[in-house]
Amino acid sequence: MTIVFGVFLLTLMLVTAIAIVRTQNLFVAVMLSGIFSLLLASNFFLLDAADVALTEAAVGAGISTVLYLSALALSAQHEHAPYSSHRLIALAVVSFTTLAVIYATFDQPRVGDPAAPVHQHVAPWYLEMTRDAIDIPNVVTAVLGSFRGYDTLGEVFVVFTAGIGVLFLLDKPGARHSQTQTVGQVRLRHYLIPRLVGRMLIPFILLFGLYVQFHGEYGPGGGFQAGALVAASIILYALLEGETRALRALPRRLLTLLIASGALLYCGVGVAGILLGGNFLDYSVLADDPVKGQQLGIILIEAGVGITVTGVLLSIFHAFAARGRF
Amino acid sequence: MNFLGIYYYWVFAILLMVGFYAVIAKLNLIKKLIGLSLFQAAVFLLYITVGKVEGGTAPIFASAAGERLFSNPLPQVLILTAIVVGISTTALGLGIIVRIKEEYGTIEEQEIQEIDRQ
Repeated sequence: MTIVFGVFLLTLMLVTAIAIVRTQNLFVAVMLSGIFSLLLASNFFLLDAADVALTEAAVGAGISTVLYLSALALSAQHEHAPYSSHRLIALAVVSFTTLAVIYATFDQPRVGDPAAPVHQHVAPWYLEMTRDAIDIPNVVTAVLGSFRGYDTLGEVFVVFTAGIGVLFLLDKPGARHSQTQTVGQVRLRHYLIPRLVGRMLIPFILLFGLYVQFHGEYGPGGGFQAGALVAASIILYALLEGETRALRALPRRLLTLLIASGALLYCGVGVAGILLGGNFLDYSVLADDPVKGQQLGIILIEAGVGITVTGVLLSIFHAFAARGRF
Repeated sequence: MNFLGIYYYWVFAILLMVGFYAVIAKLNLIKKLIGLSLFQAAVFLLYITVGKVEGGTAPIFASAAGERLFSNPLPQVLILTAIVVGISTTALGLGIIVRIKEEYGTIEEQEIQEIDRQ
């Protein structure tokens, strides 16, 4: 049965991808890429990657569609000239490379082979050590938060930097004054069904986001997914009730504070490890029992990740949304 | 599993190149960015495919079951963070595109180059 599902989902993904490239209407392309993300998330789920599927569904199908749409509103809806003059050369290069990569796949280890090199190196060690040293059920969270804590810290700072970059690019001081005049028109308040359904959904999305944040050690979830979900619920609120009310609930100064405090919390946990006599990002020293210390450290850094991701995604959304009216 | 496995690799190859084609052959900047996301999605798919273990489950210890086979958690960790980093960098790209539109009045590559030549 899995094979039928797998082939069906993969083929749908291919069709969607080709349709995305072929269409000249950018709005259609963005909507199709939302569908593409959902198909990709289903595929991740078939491949046992529950955490990744959750992230892709929240980020790819939700947030990225909204960001693309707000960028479309500020630029263009249609492509003018669909292809460059070197189209045929490009097509030849791409076809040749596809065939070369497909030829190379015949040398790859069989998918799912437990003896494949990728499963031999460090992965069994992670599975074993998670049981012994950290004692939380979700190995993905354990690897993300503790074993590869440096890596995650780096990723959080990439997100942080991207958020700051967008604010620098789009946050014109002059744009802020005229904000209050026209903002009343941009909302879906007058559409009954979206408003009612949205109002019912928002508290549940928010609750689910918090659940994913704090249950990340036991089930699929964690700071990255929770940040995206919380941001999605507040973006939905902004779309329904107008941006002013969303900004009144969470002002931009607070969002900037969130971006910085999440990253600082993460670093602070690392520095606390040094001060208590361990290494940077070594959580074992945070509590009397090393295993409890690891669990505490993971909860704290996941909270830091969630706070920063929420702050960055919401700031980016507000930066795009405020750009349209000046 | 055998045919499905090889099909996963092929879909990766085709998706990768469909995305790359959009980046090099399309002139619209937003279309190029969407192509880049497709390229990225293909890489995500490859990593997760490689991490699959036949007969395994998601790497979450269930209390009831004893020893079970788990899929590889490491590629999942790498891709999970990569997705969120991907959306942040995409947002940065969209920000640059919006600024280009404001400065040049167009987001078509050829028209931008013509304005630059003048």
